[in-house]
Amino acid sequence: MSCVETFQNYALRSIGLGERLLPKTDFTLCDHFVLIGSGLIWNVYFAVLALFFGFFFATAIALARNSRSAALRKPAQWYIFVFRGSPLFIQFFICYEALTLLPKNGIEINLLFTEITAGTRWLTRAWAGALIVLFLNTSAYTGEIFYGALRSVPKSDLEAADAYGFSGWARFRRITWPTMLRLAWPAYTNEAIFLTHATTLVFFSSFPAWQQKGDALYYASYFADKTFNPFVAYPILAFYFILLSLAIIGAFGLVNRRLNRHLPQDRRAAFRPRPALMR
Amino acid sequence: MFSYCTDPQTLEGLAWMACYLTTGKHLLFYGSFFVVIGLMFVTVPCALAMGFAGALASRSQIAPLRWIGKSYSALVRGVPDIAFFLFVPLALDQGLEWLRLKIKCPDWDQPIRQGNDFVVCAAAKLPLSSAPQWQHEVYGIVLAIAAFSFVFGAFAAFVLSGAMNAVPRAQLETAEAYGMTRRQTTWRILVPQMWVYALPGLSNLWMILIKATPLLFILGVEDIVYWARELGGHKTGAYDYPHGDWRLWYFLALLVFYLSLTRVSEVILGRLSRRLSRGQATMAGEEMRRAA
Repeated sequence: MSCVETFQNYALRSIGLGERLLPKTDFTLCDHFVLIGSGLIWNVYFAVLALFFGFFFATAIALARNSRSAALRKPAQWYIFVFRGSPLFIQFFICYEALTLLPKNGIEINLLFTEITAGTRWLTRAWAGALIVLFLNTSAYTGEIFYGALRSVPKSDLEAADAYGFSGWARFRRITWPTMLRLAWPAYTNEAIFLTHATTLVFFSSFPAWQQKGDALYYASYFADKTFNPFVAYPILAFYFILLSLAIIGAFGLVNRRLNRHLPQDRRAAFRPRPALMR
Repeated sequence: MFSYCTDPQTLEGLAWMACYLTTGKHLLFYGSFFVVIGLMFVTVPCALAMGFAGALASRSQIAPLRWIGKSYSALVRGVPDIAFFLFVPLALDQGLEWLRLKIKCPDWDQPIRQGNDFVVCAAAKLPLSSAPQWQHEVYGIVLAIAAFSFVFGAFAAFVLSGAMNAVPRAQLETAEAYGMTRRQTTWRILVPQMWVYALPGLSNLWMILIKATPLLFILGVEDIVYWARELGGHKTGAYDYPHGDWRLWYFLALLVFYLSLTRVSEVILGRLSRRLSRGQATMAGEEMRRAA
């Protein structure tokens, strides 16, 4: 089978299109590259959606954590504590077990005039269940980062906003929030990289890879198990993830430039694309 | 465990629960908590040593050594750690067997990779196929520790080289002015001073290490996740348990264990950092001086 055919058969294998059977013997380098790359679709899917939804929820969490009212602050504190203090792996397990305990036939929701059945089966599938866990997890980490940034918004910025007559929503939208993002951005970039790495855990925790539709690591370990040779599949996986990390750094660097566009050239903090340790 | 547990028919409620939670399997489960904590304490010195070597290598004057040191820490941080947890034990196992093959069976002429198999002579197998079961288990744990040390060594190398760069330049220049060689400057001036700068990063690393321990399960170690799945499920391969699917409760117990572990570590590390900041020419040290 030529490489072009392999590409046609397996490039979208991870989302169920193309050849059903995975290659069983005589793995070529091309097989490795195409199938592991195909699995990367899931990593990107989980990372992009979790980060996108997590971003807004994290802003809310950070504001709640910073709130004066204990009714808002305490739940936010506990939420961050639970999700940052426990391993993501355990969170996946708990969430999966909890979701499988839901009744299989769906929950009957009794509206006044009609009765609808909310299906619960899809929640135990990785695309939904694991996404929920990743979303909650990244929201907690990002919430903590945003909270830290919110606390370090310069007092003078807020005083200047007051002097210009900003208040309430306008002050938050125009002054506090952009400054918070500006301060948090380098740390948030790290979080995005580490969340992307964490997406490889999905199919190694409880969530089953249905019909062998898995992520990049799933296919890499499939190859390593079959050939008993770790020196081909894992370096290819590493190559893909380094590319992915560089792409994230590039994209976040662009946003960083936009966030800091009002500053004179020499006062813009150098955006250092070095993944530090956050998680 | 308790004398009344001998006849399970008569038991109800709390008494049943007390017996249930002290079965032999559960005692193994409780033991595995200590295995996990023990593994962390073994990993820390290994990872610190790897990290220290990596950090020194990345400051070396010999270019190849510097490249190795820098790419080691950059590569591991750019790739998901779980990929290394799967890769390192297998690679190390095959590397060791290959080395032993070269030593023990010098006249071995077959290729070591035959189709989908890795073949070495019987004397080079690690551990030997005649070895007792516990040796296989210990070997597995050692490989797991090696994988953890490799990954966390790279993280530590990053933290320590950052700390080395944070030591004020003037200190090193003064040492040079006193006529110290590069080696003396490193060991007498740089290394003693870098720890206070490294502490925040290292405490972060300890937290990450705690949260990475459930991955031992993937490496095939019989750790707490293994037992939680085993005991919580309502049937195993061999027999049924007298309860339904209790895995959720077992995992919630693990959650509480991890939360308390991270909380206790946080408090202790906070105290340590306060202790180390005392009298230091840093912002924290200055605040302490003012408060006193």
